[in-house]
Amino acid sequence: MIQASGLHKSYGETVALDGVDLHVREGEIYGVLGRSGAGKSTLLRCVNLLERPGRGTVTVAGQELTALRSGELNHARRRIGMIHQHFALLSSRTVAANVAFPLEVMGVARAERERRVAELLDLVGLGGRGGDRPHQLSGGQKQRVGIARALAGDPAVLLSDEATSALDPATTRSILDLLKRLNAELGLTILLITHEMNVVKSVCDSVAIMAGGRIEESGSIAGLIRTPGSRLTREIFPLPEPAPAGSVTLTFTGDPQRPVVSEVVREFDVEVSILGGSIEDLAGGAVGRLRVALTGEAAPALAYLRERGLLVEVAR
Amino acid sequence: MTWDEMAPLLWESTWQTALMVGWSTVFTVLFGLPIGVALVVFDRGGLRPLPVLKSVLGVIVNVGRSLPFIVLMIAIIPFTRLVVGTTIGTAAVVVPLTVGAVPFFARLVETALREVGSDVVQAAQAMGASRTAIVRKVLLPEAMPGLVAGLTVTVVALIGYSAMAGTIGGGGLGDLAVRYGYQRFETLLMIVTVVLLVVIVQLIQSLGDAVARRLSHSK
Ligand SMILES: Nc1ncnc2c1ncn2[C@@H]1O[C@H](COP(=O)(O)OP(=O)(O)OP(=O)(O)O)[C@@H](O)[C@H]1O
Ligand SMILES: [Mg+2]
Repeated sequence: MIQASGLHKSYGETVALDGVDLHVREGEIYGVLGRSGAGKSTLLRCVNLLERPGRGTVTVAGQELTALRSGELNHARRRIGMIHQHFALLSSRTVAANVAFPLEVMGVARAERERRVAELLDLVGLGGRGGDRPHQLSGGQKQRVGIARALAGDPAVLLSDEATSALDPATTRSILDLLKRLNAELGLTILLITHEMNVVKSVCDSVAIMAGGRIEESGSIAGLIRTPGSRLTREIFPLPEPAPAGSVTLTFTGDPQRPVVSEVVREFDVEVSILGGSIEDLAGGAVGRLRVALTGEAAPALAYLRERGLLVEVAR
Repeated sequence: MTWDEMAPLLWESTWQTALMVGWSTVFTVLFGLPIGVALVVFDRGGLRPLPVLKSVLGVIVNVGRSLPFIVLMIAIIPFTRLVVGTTIGTAAVVVPLTVGAVPFFARLVETALREVGSDVVQAAQAMGASRTAIVRKVLLPEAMPGLVAGLTVTVVALIGYSAMAGTIGGGGLGDLAVRYGYQRFETLLMIVTVVLLVVIVQLIQSLGDAVARRLSHSK
C-alpha cells in the first residue's frame, strides 16, 4: 500500500534520511520506532510529500506520488489521511467545520458535507459535539476530531506522527483502540510513528526501527520476535543486556502457560535457574521471554526446546 | 467663540475626518492585505517561495514605512494629481493617507499571518488544499483576531495622519485645531477638538479590541 524506495533527504549538512526503503502492506498497522532525530518524522512527511525527498520514489495505493505535479499531488493527498501530535485543528472553526474542511477542499456540496461530518463524528464517538470549538475539548477529544477529519476523504492510508504523545495513558489507550477499530472495520492501512514501546506492543502488526536516517530492522512483529538478536525483542523485553556468558534466553510465542521449563527439568539431567523474564501481550498474542542458566546436560535440553518451537539464544 | 459657533465647525470637521479615514481605511485594506499575504506566501519556506520578489516587496514596504508621513505626503503630490486630478480636498488626501498606511498595515498583516502555526498550514497541505484555499480558509481566518487588531492600530494611525493631511486641504479635526486653536488662539475650540480626538480614538480602540476578542477562540 505504501512503497518507498531509496529515500534520501538532507537539510544542509544534516542527513535526515539515508537510503530508506519502506514497505507497508494493505490493511496493516505499521509502526516506526526510533530515538529523537532518527528521521521518523521526515520519513512520514516524505510519504505524502510534505517533504520532498532528495532522491527516491514514493508510491501510495498504486500511485507514484514522486512523479506527480502539484495539482495532481493535491488530489492524491486527499486519499492519504494524517493526524498530528498537537492535533493541528483550526481554532477559527467549530468541530464540525474542522471535519468539513477536507470536504470543502474537495468541493463536496454542503448537504453532503453535513451528512458526512455527522457520520464521521459518530464514528469517532463525538456525535453531538459538532458545534463546539476545539478549545472546549480535551486532548483525547481533539485527537478524535483530528481522526474524523483525516478520514473525511475516505483515505486508503492514515499517517500518524506521535498522535498520542501529548495524551495521558488512559486517553492514549482509547485513541489506540479507536485506530485499531478503524483498521479492522474500514481496512485502513495505518503508518504510525511513536517512541512509546507500548503503542507498538498494543497495535502494530509490523515495525521499522530507525537510527541515523536508516532503517535498522523491519518486518512483522511475529517474524522479528523469532529472529535471533532482534533489536525489537530486546526493546520490548526488559532483560539486562548484554546477556551474561553462557546464559540462555528463550523466547516463546503461542501459549506462554505451557510448562516447557518444568518439562525440561523433568526429562533431562539439567538444573534451571531463572535469571529474569517477562510476558508481554502483543497485538498478535502473548509472547514470553525468559533468561535462564542451565547446569548439567544442556545440549539435549536446548534441542528439545527448539523442537518445541522456542527461539533459543545462547550467549557466549 | 460660543458653542453655537463651534458646533457646526466641529460637526463638519468630524465628518471630514470620518470621510478621509474611512475611505483610506478601505483602500488600505484593499492594497495592504494582499501585500501582507504576499510577504508571507513568497517568503523562503512560505507556500510559494519566491525570495527575490519577497525581498523587493519588503524593500518597497520599508521605504514607505521609513518616510515620515508629512514628507511622503508632499513627495507624492505628482502621483496624487495623477490619480485624482487635484492635490487639494478630501479626495486628494485619501491618496497620501492610503500610500502612507498600506506599508504599515501590510507589515501588521504579515505579523498576524506569521502567528498562525505551521502545523495547521501543513495539516491543510496534507489534506490536499491548494495554496489559494490555504490562504483563504486557513491563514486569514486563523489570523483574524490579529488582523482586526492590526486594522485598529492602522485606523488610529490614519486619524493621526489625517490631521496632518488636513492641512493640505482635506479639512478635518486636525486642520480645525491648527486653524482655530493655533492660528487664532481659540483655546476652548482647541481643547474641545483634542477631547473629541481622544474620545474617537478610544472608541475605535475599544471596538477593535472587542471584535478581536470575540473572534479569538484559542483560549
Ligand atoms: N526542516 C528541517 N530543517 C533542518 N533540519 C531538519 C528539519 N527537519 C528535520 N531536520 C533534521 O533531520 C533529522 C531528523 O529529524 P526528524 O524530525 O525526522 O526526527 P524524528 O525521528 O522525527 O525525531 P523526534 O522523535 O524528535 O520527532 C534531525 O537531525 C533534524 O534535526
Ligand atoms: Mg518527529
